Amino acid sequence: MSKLVINYEKLTMDNIKELVAICPFNAIEAKGNKIDINAGCKLCKMCVKKGPKGIIEFVEGESKKIDKSLWKGVAIYVDHVEGKIHPVTLELIGKAKELAKKINQPVYALFIGHNIEKKAEDLLHYGVDEVFVYDYAELKDFTIEPYTAAFEDFINKTKPTAILVGATTIGRSLAPRVAARFRTGLTADCTILDMKENTDLIQIRPAFGGNIMAQIINPNARPQMSTVRYKVMDEAKRQDEISGKVTLCKINKEKLHSNIKVLKVTKKQVENSISDAEVIIAVGRGIKSQKDMDMVQELADLMDAKVAGTRPLVEAGWIDAKCQIGLSGRTVKPKLIIVLGISGAVQFTAGMNSSDYIFAINKDEKAPIFNASNYAIVGDIYEIVPKIIEGLKANKKIKK
Amino acid sequence: MEILVCIKQVPGTSKVEVDEKTGVLKRDGVDSKMNPYDLYALETALRIRETSSGNIGVISMGPPQAMEVIKEAYMMGVDRGALISDRKFAGADVLATSYTISQGIRKMGNVDLIICGKQTTDGDTAQVGPEIAEYLGLPHVANVLKILEVKDKSIVVEMDMPNTIEVAEVNFPCLITVEKDIFQPRLPSYKMKLKTKDKTIETICLNDFEDRDENKYGLNGSPTQVERIFPPDANTDRETWAGSGQEISDRLIKKIKELKFV
Repeated sequence: MSKLVINYEKLTMDNIKELVAICPFNAIEAKGNKIDINAGCKLCKMCVKKGPKGIIEFVEGESKKIDKSLWKGVAIYVDHVEGKIHPVTLELIGKAKELAKKINQPVYALFIGHNIEKKAEDLLHYGVDEVFVYDYAELKDFTIEPYTAAFEDFINKTKPTAILVGATTIGRSLAPRVAARFRTGLTADCTILDMKENTDLIQIRPAFGGNIMAQIINPNARPQMSTVRYKVMDEAKRQDEISGKVTLCKINKEKLHSNIKVLKVTKKQVENSISDAEVIIAVGRGIKSQKDMDMVQELADLMDAKVAGTRPLVEAGWIDAKCQIGLSGRTVKPKLIIVLGISGAVQFTAGMNSSDYIFAINKDEKAPIFNASNYAIVGDIYEIVPKIIEGLKANKKIKK
Repeated sequence: MEILVCIKQVPGTSKVEVDEKTGVLKRDGVDSKMNPYDLYALETALRIRETSSGNIGVISMGPPQAMEVIKEAYMMGVDRGALISDRKFAGADVLATSYTISQGIRKMGNVDLIICGKQTTDGDTAQVGPEIAEYLGLPHVANVLKILEVKDKSIVVEMDMPNTIEVAEVNFPCLITVEKDIFQPRLPSYKMKLKTKDKTIETICLNDFEDRDENKYGLNGSPTQVERIFPPDANTDRETWAGSGQEISDRLIKKIKELKFV
């Protein structure tokens, strides 16, 4: 058992004050000449590391160790609806191959559905060593209990050390369910993944919605699970020849019972998707009023671009929620993105920093968005954008 | 029908900064408002009660000051509320948090429908809802866009899938997580504020749980460990431009022509 221990005999009025002040979560309360740590404590250990020495100590308890050598292989979940494979799957394979190579272990794919055997063979073109297929009529539509049961069966059979799942609406529902069943950790929306020699998976994701990256490990539990958003990793290249094999798996049908009945499946209307856009104009709080969105749209039209933006603009109702870039919106990977009046919190940049060319215009030369840009342009969008529009219009005329 | 809504108090600003030199978290990590996504979950519960009757409880986990969000839920018209609060829960990751909340829910008695917001604005993982459902052994549907019908023993919902929308009927008891905009949340009412001023809030601590094994909670019950936190990489391949509007726009147009975007 690890815990914080207070050395009460060392407390003085002065260091009590100091401790109360240092806790970023207001979890240390002064009670007369004593202190109390309340339930606001997040065990960030700031009081141990930065507070007056020796007053609060962190006592590490013994944790049970697991035998990591029993868990081998890097697995990915094949994200699909009715056999139509989501492209995030190929990106997961690309990353899984890289991770597996570092520890010299195989890459597995888990494919759950109905009438999918042919599709499974197709995955062998991407360098997967073994595709495990659960093909049952009960698995035709995604419902949580049968899919979790098949996933559980797969883990028990193959014991993979790590599992990557796409952060689609399916993956974000299924992965936590599986993680809880195995009492293991799951890190959402990883932007960087790496493998240690001892098979611990290094998972890096933006944290606190702010300007911080957190490196997370899962050292005493297996399998290690991560979700990864679409368009974050590079996809595996298709090869003409195939390698590996497809294995059909059997599961007790009783486990495929569900309390959920899918009554109807309708295709979503083709939406104005920013995820597939090649050029994006992204706007943020630098835009002063809603009517200025016309200027932005005009620029976008001249460049055949899509308009996207940050959460505050969605909340203001100036852009559609589907056009929000960032952790709570979409991830985009266009060839060109021009960022106008966005300061650049990680919550936003994590959703666009793998774009090929990033131009950012901002008045504040210290704006963090510039750290993520190829072209950092210090200036006022209200002076620059109208000139660009003028210039592009003139350019079009010349072409005609 | 017994409905339970899971709510959380989150920091007022989504920006928590770290002082790069000292590694000290700058001091606005203190929770102060209701997670905005939870308002949609509360509104969904209130609408269901209007049409199908029943009771609504809310449950939250956090320090004593998190009672504020339960009071806010009372002002919106919720019937009862409980706060799970214990220093022993400090340092909990998704798994330990979900287990703690599931134990708290068991303590609250029978429930037919649990509703969660789609995610929180501080953790942004969207994982706690499904993990609670697993610990309670309930079916769940995430990303619910619409409630189509509430029957005696089931609920019919529209769920958001990568390229499709599915209509699904889920038997009670179950858990759903709802999307933003499922309903427009009502504002807390002043009348209700006066009426619920002295309404009690139950508190639940580790000793109230069925499972009191301290190893399953807080830091000790959390498989994930944060190894380090650091500022994101700066893009090293960068040019900085400054000048008049005209100069910059000329330069930009020249560049995007060069890159063949126009």
